[in-house]
Formats: sequence, structure tokens, C-alpha cells
Amino acid sequence: MVDDKTVRALEAKAVEIRRSILNMVYRANSGHVGGSLGATDLVVALYYHLLRHDPRNPKWPDRDRFILSKGHCSPVIYAVLADCGYFPVTDLETFRRPGSHLQGHPFAPKTPGIEASTGTLGLGISTGLGMALAAKLRGEPQRYYILCGDGEIQEGQAWEAAMFASKYRLDKVIAFVDRNYLQTDGNTEDIMPLEPLAAKWEAFGWRTFEIDGHDFRQIIAAVECARALQGKPTMIVARTVKGRGVSFMENEVAWHGTPPSPEQYERAIEELSRAI
Amino acid sequence: MQFKRTRQGYADALIELARANPRILVLDSDVAKATKTCDFAEVLPDRFFNCGVQEGNMMSVAAGLAIEGFIPFATTFAMFASTRAADQVRNSIAYPKVNVKIGATHGGISTGGDGASHQCNEDIAIMRSFPNMTVLVPGDYEEARLATCAAAAWKGPVYLRFGRGQYPVMEEIHGGFEIGKAKLLRPGNDLAIVSTGIMVSEALAAATELEKQGVAARVIHMPTVKPLDGDVLLAAARETRGIVTAEEHSIIGGLGEAVAAFVAQTHPAFVRRVGVHDVFGESGRADELLTLYGLRAANIVEQALQILDTAVAV
Ligand SMILES: Cc1ncc(C[n+]2csc(CCOP(=O)(O)OP(=O)(O)O)c2C)c(N)n1
Ligand SMILES: [Mg+2]
Repeated sequence: MVDDKTVRALEAKAVEIRRSILNMVYRANSGHVGGSLGATDLVVALYYHLLRHDPRNPKWPDRDRFILSKGHCSPVIYAVLADCGYFPVTDLETFRRPGSHLQGHPFAPKTPGIEASTGTLGLGISTGLGMALAAKLRGEPQRYYILCGDGEIQEGQAWEAAMFASKYRLDKVIAFVDRNYLQTDGNTEDIMPLEPLAAKWEAFGWRTFEIDGHDFRQIIAAVECARALQGKPTMIVARTVKGRGVSFMENEVAWHGTPPSPEQYERAIEELSRAI
Repeated sequence: MQFKRTRQGYADALIELARANPRILVLDSDVAKATKTCDFAEVLPDRFFNCGVQEGNMMSVAAGLAIEGFIPFATTFAMFASTRAADQVRNSIAYPKVNVKIGATHGGISTGGDGASHQCNEDIAIMRSFPNMTVLVPGDYEEARLATCAAAAWKGPVYLRFGRGQYPVMEEIHGGFEIGKAKLLRPGNDLAIVSTGIMVSEALAAATELEKQGVAARVIHMPTVKPLDGDVLLAAARETRGIVTAEEHSIIGGLGEAVAAFVAQTHPAFVRRVGVHDVFGESGRADELLTLYGLRAANIVEQALQILDTAVAV
């Protein structure tokens, strides 16, 4: 359970992170803004409330792991890691620039706090399962939080992973599907229907929760509940709004991978300033 | 100089082709807006199939359509066509030699900001290695259009590689397109520059620079990497002092190695390769990366002069 004060602090933090995402993509004139803004509340809830981690000690063995399987949304994790202190906030200015450790898609060998390299959709889920299996073999306590896109899980690999996690009872895995109903070319239900989505994961042997992915109380409650249960992996289907927080980007497929123009950037920042 | 997108040449050709031939279908895997097959979907929605983020499934489905007599153009980024769906392409398409055309955009380092995970510098090597596969790497918008038409008329699997960016329009390469035939763009007997894809503009610029230094470079554009045009290469090996190859691809397994292997067996000659030197790329703008990874006219000139030095020493 969380108190109002905590929720308000998380909400304020999420606004800051959204501004940081916009700055990064605008400066680079490249990057995926819609899915990053939409996933912000989930990532903020994890890093500022749920995850056991220590930015001063990024390789602490008992830390919880977070894997951004939808790697194109790197701006959200970079903004959060910088804000937590994994690396200087000024590094964000180098996003997508030659020589930067902040590559277009997360690259673990370069960036402190990035646990697994992703970019090709579908890979991160399986990598996360492998890491969780390793922890299980060694009897380690940490949890593995994996964030997938809904378009992403059209990949067959997602369903191979679904069977694997279930077979090996990887109950330290708490995965999310960022259910924004959008992918590059349009609405998921037009491009390649996913529904009934939660029922599919249930059928594959996962425990599922369906929540509002912008409601911190629901995010935290679902994760706390998942932690208390044993024997199965958990999939949290989090309904989100792609582009959340910037009115003209919300639910607009065009904002998948397009950077804002100067005017759009100004408007977006102004909207977010008003939200604080 | 005018700049245009090679992927747009592909998409425009598909519409022309499909209007004339009802057997032509287009498949994409949730990147239609980026590959530009969205234009096709708009005009011929009943002939377009968006598979979602499922490249492997798309390739084998395309094989099935081809077995039943259609001519499917399966479209995605080069990265996903050649690595993620490599098994499906090899065993569903190349091995049984079914009539599938693979349209791969975002090939090479000029993919830019997305970084190494999306910059495919290995696709030509992978596709070349599959028996029955024809590999086309057109150099500009118009040649991309022509290559797509040639692929449609060809019997059997074809891999078509396009870029993400805007590339110089090169009048020199617009005179038709025959699979397996190179284009002689400039005469010269001191050495030969053999380019594929977008490197054609750098090859011509390099020849101009070499001319200033008194070196007459023959420029050969090779938009078909497989099958190679052996006659043109053999002549270059015989008549010049060596060959510089130029490709927006790894120096491993691409045009350079194909040319080197060919001349080694027919008429041994010096071959030096311009390409990405066995490293993963990084994020950046296309123009910066082409310079950073040594894919410029200056790099071709440097290799050319080295050949002349070595050839003299011998
Ligand atoms: C295997 C693979 N195929 C295609 C792509 C190109 N791509 C990048 S993002 C994307 C759509 C992803 O949609 P979704 O997972 O729903 O992400 P979100 O809506 O959260 O941005 C696609 C097709 C990719 N990165 N990997
Ligand atoms: Mg989505």
C-alpha cells in the first residue's frame, strides 16, 4: 500500500522524466518519444519505489534487474538511470551521438545500469528469463522485471519465452506488457490482433494482472501482489496511452519514432511544465 | 546534386508492377511506414498483408504464397530479413528455390541513429552464402526502381537491399538493369574501382580525384553482387594494376570478398576493400557515420594509391 504523499512524489518525478525524454529526443533529432512517454509511469514506479537497487553500486549482486525488452524506448530508461545517479545527467545530451554510451538502443557493455542489450524486438524477454534462471540455479533472491511492448509480443519468440518461463517456474520474473494498442503501422488489433491478451498468458501458465499503467497505486499493488505469490511467472498487462503527458502526442501512431519540431517541442515542454 | 530515397524506388516500383501483374503481392512486418510499402497498401489494400512484428513467419508465409503461384515481395529491415529470419529465408525460400522476393530496407551503416542493433553490415554476406539466392544492391532511387522490376521478372529468390537515407541521384547508372550485369561508368587502365549500392557516388568522386593525380581509374558499378559479372571483372584484372572494391557493408563476406575470390581464381590481381572493418557501428547521423567508418571517396583514393605503390614495388 502506498500513501498519498508517495504517489504525489512519483507523479512529480514522472513529469520530470517526461521532460528529460523530450529534451533528449529533441536534441538528438532522433528517437522514439511516444512509447517512452507512455512507459514512464511504469519505469518510475519501478526505479523510485519497487526495485532494490543502488546507483552507487550498479553491480551489487543482489539488486533487482530491469530489462527494457522494447529497446527502442531507450530514452525512458536513460532519463531514469541518469536521474538516479548511474551516470551524469549531462550525458543525456549525447544520446544517439557518435562516441556516446547512450546508443539508440540499450547497449549493456557501455551504459551503467543497463542490464541487457536490446533493440531487436523479442530478445529481451528471453534474455531476462535466462538471467532469472541463473539466479534460481544459484538460489539468489533478486527479481527480474521485464518491460515488453504489445507490438513486440507478436514475435513468436515472446511465446517461446512464455512456455519456457512457465516450465521452469520462474517466479522471480515480473513482466509487463505496455498495452498501448499501438505499434509502428497502426493499432495492434488491426495489424495483428493480440486479444484476449491476458487470457493468452494465463493459458501459457503465467499469473496475470490487468491494470491502468498510469495509476501508481495499481502498478505498486500488482507488483506487491506478484511478489507474494510463488510457483509461476507474472505478466502485468498495463493499459497505457502512448505519448502520455503531451496532448497532441497521446494515442497518435505518428509519434512512434518521429522527433518533435522546434514548435512542437516548445508546446510539449510547456504542457509538461504546467503539469508540475 | 539531387538526393532521393532508394526504398521509395522499391515502393514505387511495386505499385507499377502489381497494377500490371495480379500475381504480385506485398508483405510487410510492421515497418511499412519506414519501408514505404505503406504507399502500396494505400493503393492496393487487398494485395497487401501486414504480418505484425513477425519477420520469420512472414518469410515462410511468403514461401507458401510463392508455392501456390503468387510473387510475394516480403519486406522488412535488412537486419531482420537477413539475421532474424535467416533460417526461414534459407530453408523455406532459398533451398526449395521458391519465387519470393525479399525487399530489405535500412541496410548498412547509414541507417544512423538507431545504432548497431539496426545497422546491418552483414546481410550481403549472409544472403550471398545461400545457394539459389540472387543479391541486388542498387545505387540510387531510379536504379532501385529498375532493380525491383528486374527482380519481379526473374525466376527464383531475390534479395533486394536498400538504404534508409537520401542518396545522390546518379544519372550514370540509369541505363536499364540486367541482373548479373555490371555497368561500366568510366574508362581507365591504371586501376579499377568496383562499387555496389550507394558507394557508386563515392567511387565516381574518387575517380575524379585520382584523375587530378594523373591516375586513370576505371569505374565499374556492380548492383548485382550475386551472380557476379565475371567478364567485366576479368577484364579489369587483366587490363589494370588492381581493383578497389567499395561497399556499405562489412569487408567480410560482401562484394570485396566476392571480387577477391573471383580474381584470385581467374587472373590474380591486387584487391583492396573499402567497407566496414569488422566492427559494430554506433549511433550518429548517416553522413557522419559514412565518414567515421571509412566509406568515403577519400578512403577509396587511399586504397587506390596503395595498390599503385605496391604494384610498382612488385
Ligand atoms: C524484430 C524487430 N522487428 C522490427 C523492429 C522495428 N520496430 C521498432 S519499434 C516497433 C513497434 C513496436 O511496437 P510496440 O512493441 O507496441 O512498442 P511501443 O508501442 O511501446 O512503442 C517495430 C516494428 C524491431 N526493432 N525489431
Ligand atoms: Mg505498443
